[in-house]
Amino acid sequence: MIVKELRKDVKMMKKKFKLEDLDCANCAAKMEEAIKKIAGVHDATVSFMTQKMTIEAEADKFEDIMKQVVEVCAKVEPDCRILL
Amino acid sequence: MNQKQRRMLQRIVIAFVLFVLLLAAEHTGRLERIRSEWLLLLIYAVPYIVIGYDILYKAARNIRNGQVFDENFLMALATIGAFGVQEYSEAVAVMLFYQVGELFQSYAVGKSRQSIADLMDICPEYANVENDGQLIQVDPDEVDIGTVIVVKAGERIPLDGVVMDGESLIDTAALTGESVPRKAAVGDEVISGCVNGSGTLKVRVTKEFEDSTVAKILELVENASSKKAKMENFISRFARYYTPVVTIGAVLLALLPPIVLGGGWGDWIQRACIFLVISCPCALVISVPLGFFGGIGAASRIGVLVKGSNYLEAVAEMTTMVFDKTGTLTKGEFKVTEILPVNGEASELLEMAALGEGYSNHPIAGSIREAYAKELDMNRVADAEEIAGHGIRVMIDGRLVFIGNEKLMKQQGISYERCRSAGTVVYMAYGKDFAGTIVIADTVKEGVKEAIRSMKAVGVKKCVMLTGDRKEAADQVAAQIGIDEVYAELLPGDKVERVEQLLAAQTGKEKLAFAGDGINDAPVLTRADIGIAMGSMGSDAAIEAADVVLMDDDVRKIALVVRISRKTLRIVKQNILFALGVKALVLILGAFGMANMWEAVFADVGVSVLAILNAMRALR
Repeated sequence: MIVKELRKDVKMMKKKFKLEDLDCANCAAKMEEAIKKIAGVHDATVSFMTQKMTIEAEADKFEDIMKQVVEVCAKVEPDCRILL
Repeated sequence: MNQKQRRMLQRIVIAFVLFVLLLAAEHTGRLERIRSEWLLLLIYAVPYIVIGYDILYKAARNIRNGQVFDENFLMALATIGAFGVQEYSEAVAVMLFYQVGELFQSYAVGKSRQSIADLMDICPEYANVENDGQLIQVDPDEVDIGTVIVVKAGERIPLDGVVMDGESLIDTAALTGESVPRKAAVGDEVISGCVNGSGTLKVRVTKEFEDSTVAKILELVENASSKKAKMENFISRFARYYTPVVTIGAVLLALLPPIVLGGGWGDWIQRACIFLVISCPCALVISVPLGFFGGIGAASRIGVLVKGSNYLEAVAEMTTMVFDKTGTLTKGEFKVTEILPVNGEASELLEMAALGEGYSNHPIAGSIREAYAKELDMNRVADAEEIAGHGIRVMIDGRLVFIGNEKLMKQQGISYERCRSAGTVVYMAYGKDFAGTIVIADTVKEGVKEAIRSMKAVGVKKCVMLTGDRKEAADQVAAQIGIDEVYAELLPGDKVERVEQLLAAQTGKEKLAFAGDGINDAPVLTRADIGIAMGSMGSDAAIEAADVVLMDDDVRKIALVVRISRKTLRIVKQNILFALGVKALVLILGAFGMANMWEAVFADVGVSVLAILNAMRALR
């Protein structure tokens, strides 16, 4: 877990999650797209190859954002589970 | 094969058997006795449901979630469409073929992911810590600095540290690609991720797990897939438009011709279904990153870490290679390279120098003593006196000896012969008579000349050397190894400026790489298109700033990485052209009614599988 100061007022936090049953590369790309659209998310990558997801988002809202991430992913690819 | 894949295989086998029975019945005319269309549909629906129920379920679920254009939906629509136009056997066959393709695809991806993961299988699972005379296994994460851990033969070294006890040969292949094991004895540093070959070692931990070499490497490799190559970005953008466009094309194809031209709907709906099957971009979306991942895997197998697909892409276009001298091209160790006595034996001159410098702790004195390598009888030495900034005045075997630089010779009024060799020159005189010179210089690393030759062979046009060293020393090294341009006597800031000038001289797609190892090199590493750092000798700052890390500091690997990157790009381009070509062809044929469902499914999953297999070549 890395906490870094991106701008003076907003602290960013970067966290990595394992994914289970991420079966299609296109779904990974779609998940990534959808996560990036969530407010407060600075950057996100969903790697089909490593079955991992990296999310960089505002630190104080991180838990809230993660809830939205889980929701969004369930919509895009319901089979894929995020190991929190 | 995992549980899920095995279950899928069972379903495929059952559906296949049912389907063959149905086909046999159809061909022997037994089904003709069934008059009701509905009953016939129901019979064909059995194998269809067996093979495709999950697709139908997912399609329905995804529509509810607002995800319309996904593979499941398209396959469901296409096959239900086929049922609609009373092509029952085709609907079942297409679904069956699709699932076979999917299974094969998932198997192939799993296999390739596994083989890449195996390459990076350097993560230690436990550390042995001695507790009350008993060894207990603990998580490497929980071991503090200073703890003594025991590494048995065959075990992976879990944390970086210094050997306290024992002697062994260490296999560093997983980290450096070097197959010759390295010797480790008391006092030697060992790095995590290596395998202890023979004896048991007691190691005092010097770094916590998260700072250890193995954790850093794993982090680099994992992050590598998030830095995407231009080609990957192109494909993901392309995929976003491709599916909707083809789907809209399918709708138009189903509606327009029958309305405009009149006539039956059945044929056009079937053609539209072909479009739908082809509209999934999976072959592209999968095979491009997989190819790059394979390329990064292949590089890590030879001990080179590439921090992202974009850098692998850049390496392929590298035309200018800039080196820092010390530590990159040379060893950074000063050694006696020349002994030039005026008359007499070289060994005698060296012996005198070693005796004279016997008490000095100057680095040059160390190099001379190291070159002499014999026991010194210091009883022969008397009255050693250091003349600051000049050298030493000493009595050896009752004879006055001067050892020092040119200034010392001038100061003592000795007529000496100026030595023009590169490096540090030590002048010696016996009394007032000039006795000779000893040259101490940094030595060129093994294989550097070969490395530059092979870089030229793979298309690097210009090799440049930057150094803070004296011009003579730089020129000599450059001539020795075949460097094209040399810039000497540079301050760290000058290096950035030089690299910027060289960057400005680049044209078009040409890329510039810089290889260095020091803390001072970090800004230059960042500024260059591709920064290459030395992994084992380099500073942490340099490794952090670099895009490519040579784990064993061997510059010969650079040319190999260029080859790997070219091969990877070739494979990726092949995949893009192949997948797009086949899809375009089948789309056109389909629109004119010249392709059937089978060809459409091949254009979808068949192409994916072939592209995956092709991408796996990048790993080799």
